[in-house]
This record gives sequence, structure tokens and C-alpha cells, in this order.
Amino acid sequence: MPEYLSEIAPAYPEIFLLIATCAVLLLDLFVKDYQRYITYIVAQASLLFTAWLVYTATDNATVVTTFNDMFVADPMGRVLKISIILITMAVFAYSRPYLKDRGMYKGELFTLGLFAVLGMMVMVSAKTMLLIYLGLELLSLSLYAMVAFRRDNKQASEAAMKYFVLGAIASGMLLYGMSIIYGLSGSLNLSHIATYLSSQEAVMSNLGLLLGLSFILVGLGFKLGVVPFHMWIPDVYHGAPTAITMFLGAAPKIAVFAMVFRLLAEGLGDMVIGWQQILVLLAALSLFVGNVIAIAQTNLKRMLAYSTISHMGFVVMGILAATEAGYAASMFYIITYAIISMGGFAVIIFLSNKESEADELADLKGLSTRHPWVAFMMLLFLFSMAGMPPTVGFYAKLSVIQAVVGADVIWLAVFAVIMSVIGAYYYLRAIKIMYFDEADKDIAPAKAGFEFGALLSVNGLAVLGLGILPSFLMSICVASVNAIL
Amino acid sequence: MIPLSHFLILGGLLFSISIAGIFLNRKNIIILLMCIELMLLAVNINFIAFSHYLGDMAGQVFVFFILTVAAAEAAIGLAILVVVFRNRRTINVQELDQLKG
Repeated sequence: MPEYLSEIAPAYPEIFLLIATCAVLLLDLFVKDYQRYITYIVAQASLLFTAWLVYTATDNATVVTTFNDMFVADPMGRVLKISIILITMAVFAYSRPYLKDRGMYKGELFTLGLFAVLGMMVMVSAKTMLLIYLGLELLSLSLYAMVAFRRDNKQASEAAMKYFVLGAIASGMLLYGMSIIYGLSGSLNLSHIATYLSSQEAVMSNLGLLLGLSFILVGLGFKLGVVPFHMWIPDVYHGAPTAITMFLGAAPKIAVFAMVFRLLAEGLGDMVIGWQQILVLLAALSLFVGNVIAIAQTNLKRMLAYSTISHMGFVVMGILAATEAGYAASMFYIITYAIISMGGFAVIIFLSNKESEADELADLKGLSTRHPWVAFMMLLFLFSMAGMPPTVGFYAKLSVIQAVVGADVIWLAVFAVIMSVIGAYYYLRAIKIMYFDEADKDIAPAKAGFEFGALLSVNGLAVLGLGILPSFLMSICVASVNAIL
Repeated sequence: MIPLSHFLILGGLLFSISIAGIFLNRKNIIILLMCIELMLLAVNINFIAFSHYLGDMAGQVFVFFILTVAAAEAAIGLAILVVVFRNRRTINVQELDQLKG
């Protein structure tokens, strides 16, 4: 192989995915409507092959950079990328019946999804602010289009507009912060920025750096969806078609976690005192607002949106601990949360049909008599979101809280526990509606194919299995964080 | 030679105008899109000024990428705007109130 080809080897998965996405885009032109499954299968196959490429590109201990130190393939990126790809594959499989019912089963949707995955992978591997921005925009632009995909739907178009405007403001803020950091440190590269910061004496009294840091934090806050930058989350989750909500609530969260980690821990690690204080505030506010407002919701998608906000509070808690245990706990939390939230939305998709979106809490009534197994799966997802053992949510919350206690922010740990108890109320209310309320009217039993049912079972059992044996995934997270820091 | 601070002040002013435009504007979505563009241009001024005074090309390269992305972003933003108008017959910010709670 020529030298220049082996030099870019760490980026093979991304390069392959780009080519495959363009191929899917072209292939779809020659596929008739009833043959759409071909597009679907090719898209899934290219994702699977990309995952395999990521798996073989590096091992679980080495860090390789390429493209003039702009692109990094490290153990953490490997774990996050594989989770992103597998979760996206599951989301594609889940959404198929929903998309078919609503005339959204088009090749464009898969192309946009693949481009979003490419953006996420670039974000995860970015070693410079330029790549972070490009990956983020590739992801966001695809997501805006996906939310607006149902063109004749009033709610979806309104949600897309709100998402677009707030997302663009967030990118602008992030960029402004980046420009200031660039001007002061003289480099876009995160490791050069880290070297510059460690050579400075009084980093925390440098007003310019603090200004840049605050703008970056505002941008990251928007993208994570933490209070007070959470306004878009409920509207977008509610307005977007459920299949799209499921997509944007799962894998992109993992990519945003990677972006926060790269920027704050790797790039601005020496300003930890500064961002720690701000993140403490954001985490506490998110936990409070997310859990309290969710109680007032009657729409299931909106309730899950507020629950997302509170979960992002937990993720931020792990990051602000700024220890290896904290980062690993956050990483564990975000991966498992993506799996859980995907399952929750999958149940909504299962219940919906051509006539109804089934996204109200009342639609869960009598689910246990109509579909006992699906109700049990939903029970597992809701238990897990509430953080009850033996589901994985318990262990994820526990490890984050341990990390925060380890970083001596005890009041925040106590506050998080109290807020989780308040949050348990609305999860348990949904379970009560499922198991003890009678359905108001005769609802035709929901139909789902074998693929959907099998996937839902695997998803639910994964939530249970990871909760009983969390050490497998946790040790991977710890090892990959240790390999970088 | 014009000192760096003048460029930064200009960038800061443009950025503030765009933020103020986004939050004060209660009428028209198109004005929101214009403000977003202005915001990115303010960032570009910052990058170019820093890049020139640092003697480092990376900032100018970044600006090309921002310009390209801004074009794509404007295209998607306007496309969504058309979809909104078709569905709602209005592009008034205040009338986009179906989703709340």
C-alpha cells in the first residue's frame, strides 16, 4: 500500500462511510417504491461494515493521530463510535414500520441519517476546533432536515424551525468562543491549546480566556440541552415525528458528550476551576427543572424530553467531577441512556398507527392487558430512567454520584438524589397508568413485525442485563478514559 | 496600521447586534435568519483579524469552512421556512405557538 494511504488509515471508517452514503444516495435513484428495502439493507450493511472498520482500525490502548494531528483515533472514540453506529442501526430498524405508515419511508431519510452518523464520527474523532465544528454542523444540518421531513405536518415544521434557529445560535456562540480561544492561544489544535494553557501562569484571571470559555460553554449547553439552554428540547421532541425523535434523542447525545469531553477535558483542561463552577450550576438547574416540569406533562414525548434534560444534568455532573472516574461514569451514563431512551420511544412507535401518534400518557392505559410483554419492556425502560435497581439506570446514576462525591461536591450529590426521588414520581405514574388503568375505548391491538419485537426484547433485556452485570461496559469506559488522560 | 482591538470591537459589536436582533425580533423569521448570518460573519471577522496578527493561516482556512457551512445552513433554513409557510400561512414568530407546555 502506498505510504500516503496507510498514513490516513485511522480515518478509514469515516472515509468508507462517506463513500457508502453517496452510494446509497445514488442507488436510491434506481430503486422503485416497493423495492425501498434495498436502500434500507444497503444503509444498514454500510453501517455494520463501518462499525467493523472502527473495531479493527485501532486496538483498545493506542492513540493514533492523522491528517497533521487533526484527527485522532483513540480507545474512547472507538467505543463511542461503535455505540453510535449500533444505536443508529437499531433506530433505523425500529423506525421502519412508522416511516412506512406515514409515507416517510424514503431513501433521503436514510441518506440524511448516514450523514448524521458521519458527522457524529467526525465530532468524536476531532482533535481540532475546525473538525469539531464541521462534524457538529454535518450532524445538525442533517437533523434539521430530518425533523422537517414530514412536510405536511404543522407541528413537525414548527419544531424544525425552532430547532434550526436555536441550533444555529448555539453554533454561533460556540464559534465565537472558539475564535477567542484561537486568538489567545494561537492554535486551533486542542493539544496545542492545552500546552499553551499549562504554560500560562494565571489562567483564571485572564479575562479573554474566561470570555472564550463562557461562550464555548453556552454553545455546549445548547447542544447538550441543559437548563437554561434547554428551550428547544421539549418542542423538538414533541413536534418531530416519533422515529426522528428517537434518532435525535439517542446517538447524537453520545457525540455531544464526546465534543464536551474533547473541548473541556482535553483542550481547556487547565481551566477546570472555571468550567467546573459553571457546570455545577447547569447540572443543578437541569436536575431541578427537568424533573419538576416533567411532572406537569400529559404528553409522553414531552415528558421524556424533560426527562432527557434531567439525565443531561447527570451527564454534566460526571464531567464536572473532572476525574477519570467521573469521565468514565459520564461515558457509561450517556451510552446506557441512549439505549434506554431509544427503547422508550420504540414503545411509542409500537403503539402508534396510521390514525394516531399514541404519544399521550393516556395512550398507555391498559397496555399490560393488551400487550403484557411490551408493557414489561416499557416498565424496564421507565424503571431504568428512574434509576431503580436492578436496571442499568441505577448503576449509571450511582457511578456518577460516586464520582461527584469523590470530587467533594457533596451537596450536588445529595441534590441529585432528592431530584431523582421527585423524578421517580412521574415514571411510576406512567407505570401505574400502564398496569392499573383500564383503556377508555376499544383499541385495535398494535401490530409489529418480528424484527421490531425481537429488537425491543433485546433492547429491554440489555437494559436489565447491563444493570445486573454493569462491570463489562464500565471497565471498557474506564480503560478508554485512562488511555487518553 | 489598524490595531487588532479595533477589529475585535467590530466583531463584538456585530455579534451583539445579531444576538439583540434574535431576542428583540418578535415579527419575522427571515430577520432571524439574517441575524444568524450576521453572527457567523462577526465570528469570521474575529478569525481573520486573529489570523492576520498571529501570522497563522489556520484561522483564514477556518473562515472558508464557516462561509461554506453558512451557505448550507441558509439553504436548509430557508427550506424549512418555506415548509412552515406552506403549513401555517404565516412566518410570524409569535404565531409559532402550537408546541408548548
